Amino acid sequence: MSFTPAPEAAPVGRMLAAQTRMELRLSLRNGEQVLLTLLIPLLLTVLLALEPFLGDGDGGRRIDFVVPGVLALAITSAAFTGLAIGTGFERKYGVLKRLGATALPRSVLLLGKTGAVLCIELLQVALVGGLGLALGWRPTGGAVAVAGTVLLVVAGTAAFAGLGLLLAGSLRAEATLAAANLAWFLLLFFGGVLFPLDRFPAGLASVLEFLPTAALADGLRDVLRDGAGLPVQSLLTLAVWALLAFGAAAATFKWE
Amino acid sequence: MDHPAVEVRDLTKRYGATTAVAGLTLSAAPGEVLAVLGPNGAGKTTTVEICEGYRRPDSGTVRVLGLDPVADARALRPRVGVMLQGGGGYPGARAGEMLRLLASYAAHPLDPAELLDRLGLTAAAGTAYKRLSGGQKQRLSLAMAVVSRPELVFLDEPTAGLDPQARHATWDVVRQLRADGVTVVLTTHHMEEAERLADQVVVVDGGRAVAAGTPAELTSDGAGGQLRFAAAPGLDLVALAAALPADVTVSEPRRGEYLVSGTVDPHLLAAVTAWCAAHGVLAEDLRVQRRSLEDVFLDLTGHGLR
Repeated sequence: MSFTPAPEAAPVGRMLAAQTRMELRLSLRNGEQVLLTLLIPLLLTVLLALEPFLGDGDGGRRIDFVVPGVLALAITSAAFTGLAIGTGFERKYGVLKRLGATALPRSVLLLGKTGAVLCIELLQVALVGGLGLALGWRPTGGAVAVAGTVLLVVAGTAAFAGLGLLLAGSLRAEATLAAANLAWFLLLFFGGVLFPLDRFPAGLASVLEFLPTAALADGLRDVLRDGAGLPVQSLLTLAVWALLAFGAAAATFKWE
Repeated sequence: MDHPAVEVRDLTKRYGATTAVAGLTLSAAPGEVLAVLGPNGAGKTTTVEICEGYRRPDSGTVRVLGLDPVADARALRPRVGVMLQGGGGYPGARAGEMLRLLASYAAHPLDPAELLDRLGLTAAAGTAYKRLSGGQKQRLSLAMAVVSRPELVFLDEPTAGLDPQARHATWDVVRQLRADGVTVVLTTHHMEEAERLADQVVVVDGGRAVAAGTPAELTSDGAGGQLRFAAAPGLDLVALAAALPADVTVSEPRRGEYLVSGTVDPHLLAAVTAWCAAHGVLAEDLRVQRRSLEDVFLDLTGHGLR
């Protein structure tokens, strides 16, 4: 073996593919991440579809209320909670610092994380959607529904990833863990996942609907259940969250 | 190349009220091994991390491969390998995965499997990073620093906490890096390591360079040696000193034991024995001692623990 220098960075595409694969493998290998991003959403789908203990949906068939909400929660898990906790510990253990000294540009590191999150979301949509269909979920079809869903997932991912990185880049890893899990739990109750926001007093509901999970769940119900056009308000809400969160994360993120 | 691989001039770095680096100057020529030797807290890591672009100097200039480590970071990173003190792997990634990931960032990397083998890590390739022993992490970290085939590597305390076998494996890698034309800057507080590996040594203490040179220069510099002998007590030290070169000092630290300190060369030895012969003194147990780098280090940095 010769150490004769041959310094040259790999093409960006190759770095991104390798980084995405690595991040994805690590997420799927981590039991807590799998529990949070895949098992709990699947379990919730079954529980909410079969057990009326949390009340009916908001008038229509319960399963058509449940699946979009669980999808919104699943995306919250992957893009916010999972990303925040993973990144927080990578910062704590000096991974981000170490990778910062390699040819891997930071933007490609973040894109790799995003790519892994999108792969997990595909898996979530397939599993939760598939289970929902088996339980009687009948989403609206058509180009608008598909386009609306894709746009919502992308905008939601951006908003959650920004919030997750904001948390991971400024708090200690242990604090990030606690905050991200707490936020997830609150969003489960106050994000229109378990039951519709109209169960809350009107004043509170009109604030809660701007929570990212609520905006995502509402938007998904608009396109997948109600066959509405593009969910402009939800998309705008998520886009504003994404802009604010990424702006704040970029300003405060500490790599070590 | 017409510039040094690493050039640090009058570097200063403060953290609040603490001055970590206080006007440090050093340079490493292309293809050589520079050891930055100093006690804990001397400012070694701060200096190296400034060279790696992790922090900005408060004052002074730093050039790495002729470039600014912060402003030109994008251009430098593929050319520079880094071994940090501790940490740096995804806790859940296996050792082999981690090294292959780093290799994937380079266009012409070393073969990760071969490199693991070279560092005795083949059996640990499937072990999660968080379950590696301290020594295994150190060796993986070294592998991660060189896998991209950089032209310059910074190794921050590469052998800290290693057992003798692993230390020798690390030294072999450093020697081969040098033989293959890679510039190496390493920090250490082991004199032996600096003496064995380095072309140039900079002794750092309190954030500044207190000595610099080749290991041979440092150990023979100034009052670089000692000559000891035993003889009858009470020899005339003034007369002996007068017979020797001016920079040589003579003392009798214990009754009947004599210490001649200065540049020990054959002439000094001849002068001492000639003086003894002329005065009917039988010098017994005559020993010539060159200072080790450790003596130099302790002289320069003080003997107190810190």
